[in-house]
Amino acid sequence: MTTATAHHDDHGHHGPAKGIMRWVLTTNHKDIGSMYLWFSFTMLFIGGAMALIIRSELFQPGMQLIEPEFFNQMTTMHGLIMVFGVVMPAFVGLANWMVPLMVGAPDMALPRMNNWSFWILPFAFGMLLLTLFTEAGAPNFGWTFYAPLSTTYAPSSVTFFIFGVHMMGISSIMGAINIVVTILNLRAPGMTLMKMPLFVWTWLITAYLLIAVMPVLAGVVTMMLMDIHFGTSFFDAAGGGDPVLFQHVFWFFGHPEVYIMILPAFGIVSQIIPTFARKPLFGYASMVYATSSIAFLSFIVWAHHMFTVGLPLETELFFMYATMLIAIPTGVKVFNWVSTMFRGSMTFETPMLFALAFVVLFTIGGFSGLMLAIAPADFQYHDTYFVVAHFHYVLVPGALFGIIAGVYYWLPKWTGNYYDEKLGKFHFWMSFIGVNVTFFPMHFIGLAGMPRRIPDYALQFADFNAIATVGAFIFGFSQLVLLYVVIKSIRGGEKATDEVWEGAEGLEWTIPSPAPYHTFAEPPHVK
Amino acid sequence: MFSRTWQRLSSVVLGLFLSPAIMADWELNMPQGVTDISQSIYDLHMLIFWICVWIGVVVFGVMFYSIFAHRKSKGAKASQFHESLGLELLWTALPTAILIAMAVPATTTLIKMYDTTDAQVDIKITGHQWKWQYDYLGEDVGFFSNLTTSQDEIYDRTAKGDNYLLEVDKHVVVPTGQKIRFLITSNDVIHAWWVPEIAVKKDAIPGYINESWALIPEGKEGLYRGQCAELCGVDHGFMPIVLEAVTEDQYQIWLDDQRAAAEAQAAAALGDFSHEQLMVKGAEVYARSCAACHGAEGEGMGSVFPALAGSAIATGDMAEHIDIVLNGKQGTAMQAFAAQLGEVDLAAVITYERNAWGNDAGDTVTPKMIIDAKQ
Repeated sequence: MTTATAHHDDHGHHGPAKGIMRWVLTTNHKDIGSMYLWFSFTMLFIGGAMALIIRSELFQPGMQLIEPEFFNQMTTMHGLIMVFGVVMPAFVGLANWMVPLMVGAPDMALPRMNNWSFWILPFAFGMLLLTLFTEAGAPNFGWTFYAPLSTTYAPSSVTFFIFGVHMMGISSIMGAINIVVTILNLRAPGMTLMKMPLFVWTWLITAYLLIAVMPVLAGVVTMMLMDIHFGTSFFDAAGGGDPVLFQHVFWFFGHPEVYIMILPAFGIVSQIIPTFARKPLFGYASMVYATSSIAFLSFIVWAHHMFTVGLPLETELFFMYATMLIAIPTGVKVFNWVSTMFRGSMTFETPMLFALAFVVLFTIGGFSGLMLAIAPADFQYHDTYFVVAHFHYVLVPGALFGIIAGVYYWLPKWTGNYYDEKLGKFHFWMSFIGVNVTFFPMHFIGLAGMPRRIPDYALQFADFNAIATVGAFIFGFSQLVLLYVVIKSIRGGEKATDEVWEGAEGLEWTIPSPAPYHTFAEPPHVK
Repeated sequence: MFSRTWQRLSSVVLGLFLSPAIMADWELNMPQGVTDISQSIYDLHMLIFWICVWIGVVVFGVMFYSIFAHRKSKGAKASQFHESLGLELLWTALPTAILIAMAVPATTTLIKMYDTTDAQVDIKITGHQWKWQYDYLGEDVGFFSNLTTSQDEIYDRTAKGDNYLLEVDKHVVVPTGQKIRFLITSNDVIHAWWVPEIAVKKDAIPGYINESWALIPEGKEGLYRGQCAELCGVDHGFMPIVLEAVTEDQYQIWLDDQRAAAEAQAAAALGDFSHEQLMVKGAEVYARSCAACHGAEGEGMGSVFPALAGSAIATGDMAEHIDIVLNGKQGTAMQAFAAQLGEVDLAAVITYERNAWGNDAGDTVTPKMIIDAKQ
């Protein structure tokens, strides 16, 4: 691998514009990546504040702080913001920053579209959040917005929600197309597909999932719009429609969406573990095949979210078997990560700590996923806190820890300064403790019979709910430490070397730290 | 027997995480329940749980061994091996075998759960925002079942009872030793009828009739409590289920009582009631059926549920007031109460609404007027 970086110093016409218009008009992948990440971080605090409102109300039985109606608005908005406003934009932000650097491209393939796909997002979420201040209140039908609760019985703000989802979908599809085109066309000479870093591979597959399913989501909300305003009856049984059809279409989007939120995290962890184990990733090819298998399976398992809707026995069996199959490629990935660590030479900087926690806690989330796949048992688990525990384990110490690990890993490359390692470790341990104290007890209250999405509960669930609330506050406030660490690293600190990490391999570590505004004007050669 | 051992092991392991004071079994784990099916599901649950635990022990064991032994600070030198087709095949094949072994008992149980044939009792369950309606098919018995936990308990104004949020005015009574088929549907949005102890959870969907069944063995008479399990709107958390399993003899007596009570109620509606009697009864009915949305003092709730105190309908034309209570209001959460409440209750609650909280219509709605309005 040669270092063929264009060492442009900023002589005005090559550097960024000054002032606010730099950010409005920018077509630079690094600027846009940063904007995506800051947007996601802002949304994390908004969605997190909603989670703390929910947990505060659930601290003890009885209604103390908010009304059930507002509680439902909070659960709905919390879910929508975390899925569409935090996890997805954060991954797109990381892709914007890192994919061109990893494949040796000068920028994303479609820079103007890149600008547009970011700038749609603040408007989409602005519209969604403003519904909180309307007379009818925000959407209150859960982030899964099952019809007819979200159509015939919805508050009038549902129309804003539908247009918000359309805008997010347009943004995601454009972002995904950009990533696919960049990866397939702008790789440096010599970088064959099977030489691409795993983060690039997982994002390529994720981008195809996005292109496949975001139009399905757009379709289902358009059908809702028609039902609400134009007199159709897609989901209205009284007009010959079918409420279950909604769930089939929604989950045909929704299940691949679940993997959209985890595959890039797999990629990040697959970059970090080899670096800090100082040992090549074990089973690179099998990682690629496993990721592809998971992506394929994600299209044929959607009805496991619907085991209790009264599907025919044969359908139920098919979806149970198909869902159980997912455990196999997922297991392969976990085994490969562990084998990468085995007989390595490990150190435990903050990115590695988050990556290790990811492997353990995501696997616990995978285990409860396997339990949920067993259809007969799912009749007891479905729509309880056991499910809440499951998907928070895969999304918080899964997706979110993956993102945070990536931020710590690449932060010195972005800012040119090492972050404060002591504070980083403090942030890790507070997050690790907080996340487990919050979500582990939810397994118990779910098995004991507490349904999800209820603002008040029977007395036997009180102890674990109180514990979970304490954990949520620990976890939530620890994220302020991350904010401080990031700002501190931007403002100064120990200068980072080009390689940043001792064991790091890949094109992104051959350019200077901080990464210059323009990189790889001449493509590097990969042997 | 095998499952007993598992159960004991599981309480030990789970107990490690928790202080003994809060380690009552029912708080931590899935209930074993009272039916064969609920026991089979519990066994499946524990089987897959232990498979996961053992895989976790092995995988995390190797991982933590590496973390302790293969660290740079201990002078570990990194090997450079990075491939092994044999290992990849092994850890693809082994989980596949485990999953197949797991799928067999799961399939058997699922087939049993889907066999709703030869039921001796048929109960149609209809979900409404936010209460359950039960109809005993062929028995001429049917009723609505409402939450009885008071607003005062919910809003911490009085102490909470033992069965807080899990108590209703009318239990759904079923006989033991007989196969009961539940036919589950909904009148508005999707609900889900769930009683953990009999392992029945099925969505109640408008336009569909879903089937499920339970056979509670003789000797397992008792009260089994459950809740709605699908988000169905603002009071989703406030529509519990109380299943009362009784012996076959008691069940027949209960059915006769229900029919007799219905006749008595119809006869009573033809009698005379004073304004004061209706106001007293109306206050009870209001607290049970109306207060959750319209507020304990008729103050309403937000913009969705209008106040009744001082409202144009409750102080205006009586016929319009009767009509909206009986038939509901299209496109809003206001339901039709004609089938939910008896004539006496309807007359009482409308009279109450017109004369409570400063409303001064001053008139009296009699049960006979309700009977006329229904025709």
